[in-house]
Amino acid sequence: MTQPAIELIGIEKRYAGHEALARVSLEIPAGQFVALVGASGSGKTTLLKTINRLIVPDAGQVRVAGEDTTGVPAHQLRRRIGYVFQEIGLFPHLSIAENIAITPKLLGWERARMTGRVDELLDLVALPREVASRAPSELSGGQRQRVGVARALAAEPKIMLMDEPFGALDPLTRDALGTDYRALHEKLGLTTVMVTHDMTEAVLLADRIVVLEGGSIVADGRPGELLASTDNPEVRALLEAPRRQAERLRQRLEAAQ
Amino acid sequence: MSGRVAQAWGLLPEYLAWHVLLSASALVLGLLISLPLAVAASRSARLRWPVLAFAGLIQTIPSLALLALFYPLLLALSALSQNVFGQGFSALGFLPSLLALTLYSMLPILRTGTAGILGVDPAVREAADGVGMTPRQRLFQVELPLAMPVIMAGVRTAAVWTIGAATLSTPVGQTSLGNYIFAGLQTENWVFVLFGCAASAALAMTVDQLLGLIETGAARRKRGLMITGAALLVVGVLAALTPLAALGKPSSYVVGAKNFSEQYILAEVMAERLERSGAHVSRKEDLGSAVAYRALAAGELDVYVDYSGTLWTNVLKREDNPGRAQVLAELTAELKKRDGVVVLGSLGFENAYAFAMRADRAKALGIVSLADLARQAPRLTLGSDLEFLSRPEWKAVDAAYDFNFKKERSFQPTFMYRALSGGEADVISAFSSDGRISADKLVVLTDPKGALPPYDAVILISPKRAGDERLLAALRPLIGSISVEAMRSANYAVDRDQGKVSPAEAARALHP
Repeated sequence: MTQPAIELIGIEKRYAGHEALARVSLEIPAGQFVALVGASGSGKTTLLKTINRLIVPDAGQVRVAGEDTTGVPAHQLRRRIGYVFQEIGLFPHLSIAENIAITPKLLGWERARMTGRVDELLDLVALPREVASRAPSELSGGQRQRVGVARALAAEPKIMLMDEPFGALDPLTRDALGTDYRALHEKLGLTTVMVTHDMTEAVLLADRIVVLEGGSIVADGRPGELLASTDNPEVRALLEAPRRQAERLRQRLEAAQ
Repeated sequence: MSGRVAQAWGLLPEYLAWHVLLSASALVLGLLISLPLAVAASRSARLRWPVLAFAGLIQTIPSLALLALFYPLLLALSALSQNVFGQGFSALGFLPSLLALTLYSMLPILRTGTAGILGVDPAVREAADGVGMTPRQRLFQVELPLAMPVIMAGVRTAAVWTIGAATLSTPVGQTSLGNYIFAGLQTENWVFVLFGCAASAALAMTVDQLLGLIETGAARRKRGLMITGAALLVVGVLAALTPLAALGKPSSYVVGAKNFSEQYILAEVMAERLERSGAHVSRKEDLGSAVAYRALAAGELDVYVDYSGTLWTNVLKREDNPGRAQVLAELTAELKKRDGVVVLGSLGFENAYAFAMRADRAKALGIVSLADLARQAPRLTLGSDLEFLSRPEWKAVDAAYDFNFKKERSFQPTFMYRALSGGEADVISAFSSDGRISADKLVVLTDPKGALPPYDAVILISPKRAGDERLLAALRPLIGSISVEAMRSANYAVDRDQGKVSPAEAARALHP
C-alpha cells in the first residue's frame, strides 16, 4: 500500500473555549486534489493551517509523507509545502523574480538555478517573462495571484495548500486561474488541499470534497458520490446550490434568446 | 563686534567636534538599545506598554535636569567601582552627557520602531512564515526593511532632539556648542549666544536633511539614495571630528569655574599662572555651584575658586556665623578632614552681600556703618534684588540691627542700580565685588556687629593635588593678592555694555 501524502489524526483546536476543530481525522493520498468546503467558522482554514504548522493543534498528530510534523522545525517543513492564500502576501519591497525565488534562496540554491527556475515558473503560470523585474504593485490582482502560485511552486514542493486562493478575483480571472491551476496539478503530480466556500469551484476543480461544519467533517467523497452519501440537510443544500444555479442560469439565458 | 565673531569662529572647530562626537555617540547608542527594544515591544503587548511609558516618562524630565541627575549617580557608581575594582571613572563631562542624551534619543525611535513593525501588513507576515522563513529571517528580510521608512522618521526626530539637547551638556563639564550660549549669557555677549544657537541649528538641519535622504531612499526603495545619505553622514562626522585628533595633547591640570564672570576671570588667572610654569591646563567652565565642589572632591577638577560662606552653609551645613577668620579657619580644617580638600587661602577679597549707597547721599546723611543706617532707616527706602529679602543673610542682619525702613522694594539687579542712581532707592543690597560699585562710585557700609556672613574668595585644591608642589607654588602668590577694588574693575571690564573685554584679557590685570 502506498504512503498517504498527508494524514491528520484526531486534530483538536480550541480558541478561548470555542471548539474550532473537534477530533478531526483525514487521510489524503498522494496526487489527490481535495477541496475543504464549509461556512465561515466551520474550521476549514484552521484544519488547512495545521498541515504546515501555521496553526499548532492542541491535540492530535499531523503526518506529512509518513513523518510526524512535530519532528522537524516548522520553517523546514514549510519550505517543502507550497502555500497560497487569498491576500497573496507578495513582499512589496522585492521584485517579482525575488518574490518567486524566495524559498529557493532560503534553501541556498545557486543563483543560476534560481534564475532558470523563475523563467520556468513564469512560463508555467502563463505570465510574460518581462514582469520578473517589476514590483508587485505594478501587477493586476490576477497576475499577482499567478505570482503567488509561482512562489509556492518555486522549491518544487509535492504538496500545495491553498486558502481561498482565487476568492478575491473577478469571475473570469478566477475561472481561468482555477482551470490553469488544475492543469498544473496534473502536470506536476501535486497533492493539493484547497479551502473554499464556493461549492461550484470545489465541484469543478477537486477530485474529492470534504465538508466541515462546526469543527467536524460532515461529508466526504467524490463530487459525483457526495450527494448520495449524506442525508445532512445543510450539506445537501450546499451541494444542490450549484446544480440549481446552473439550471436557473441555463433557463434564463435560453429564455432571453 | 567683528572681533567677537572672529573669536567665535576660532572656537568653532573644537566646540563642533565635541558636539558632533557627543550627539553621534548618543544617537548610535540610542539606536542600538531602542531598536531591539522596539522589536521586543512589537512582539509582546505586555512589554509594549511599560517600555513606551518609561521612555515617555524620561521625555517629560527637563533635559537639563536629566543631565544634572546623571552626575551624582555616576559619582556614586564611580566610588563603588573604585571600591570594588580599584578603578574609578570620570563622572563629569562626556559620560553623564552621553547617558542622558542616549536616554533622551530613545523615545522617538522606540515609538516609530514599534509602530513600524506592527504596521507591516499581516498578509506579508503570514507569507513570510508560509515560504519558510525563520522568525529571524522574517525580521531582517521582511519586517525591518518594510518598517524602515517609519523608523527613519523617528531617527530624524531623535537626531534633532539630541543635537539640540547636547548644548545643555556644558554645565556638567562637557564642551559643546552650548559653551557659546552659556558663556555668552553670563557675560552678556550676545554675539556668542547667537553664534551658538545658529551653529547648533545648522548642524541639526544638516543632519536632518541627510537622514531624510536615507528615509526617502528607504521609502522609494532606492538603494543609491540611502547609500549617498549614509556616506555623506559618515564623511561629515569624520570631518567634524578631525580637530579632536589634533587636540589630543593631554592636559595635566583641570581648572574649574562656576557660571559667572568673576569665576571665568579667576579661572583664567590661575590657568595662566599654571601655563607659565610650563604645565598643560584645560578649563571646565559653567559648572553648577554644587557640581563644582563635588567634582573637585572627586578629583575631576584640580583647582577652582569658591566662597567661604557658600561652603560653610552648603557643604558643612552650618547656620551660625562665628566671624570671618573663624569661618575660614574651621573651613580649612573641616574640608581637609571630610574630603581631603585643601583650602589654599583667601585671594584677599569677599564677594558677599553688602549694603551700598551713593557716596554723596551717604556723606550728606552721615552714614558709614549699618548701625548708622539703622538709625536713619525710617526715612529711607531699601532696594534689593529679587531674592535677598527672603534669604537668611537678610534675616541675620535685620535681627542684629533691627532695621525699620520706610519702604522695601525688589528689583532686577540692573534696575536696582538704576533705582539707586535715580534716587528711587536710598540703599541697595549688592555683591561686594560687583564692578558697578566702583563704576557708579558707591560706598559699601561697614558691618560693626559682623552680622553679614563672610564670603571670602578661596582657592580650593583637589585631594589628589594636595601635595603637588608645582601647582601649589604656582598658585600661592595669588593668596591675599587681589583687592576687592581690583576684582570690581576686572568684573566691570567684562560685564559693561560698551567696550567689554574677554575674561582672559581682564585676568591679566589681576596677576600679582
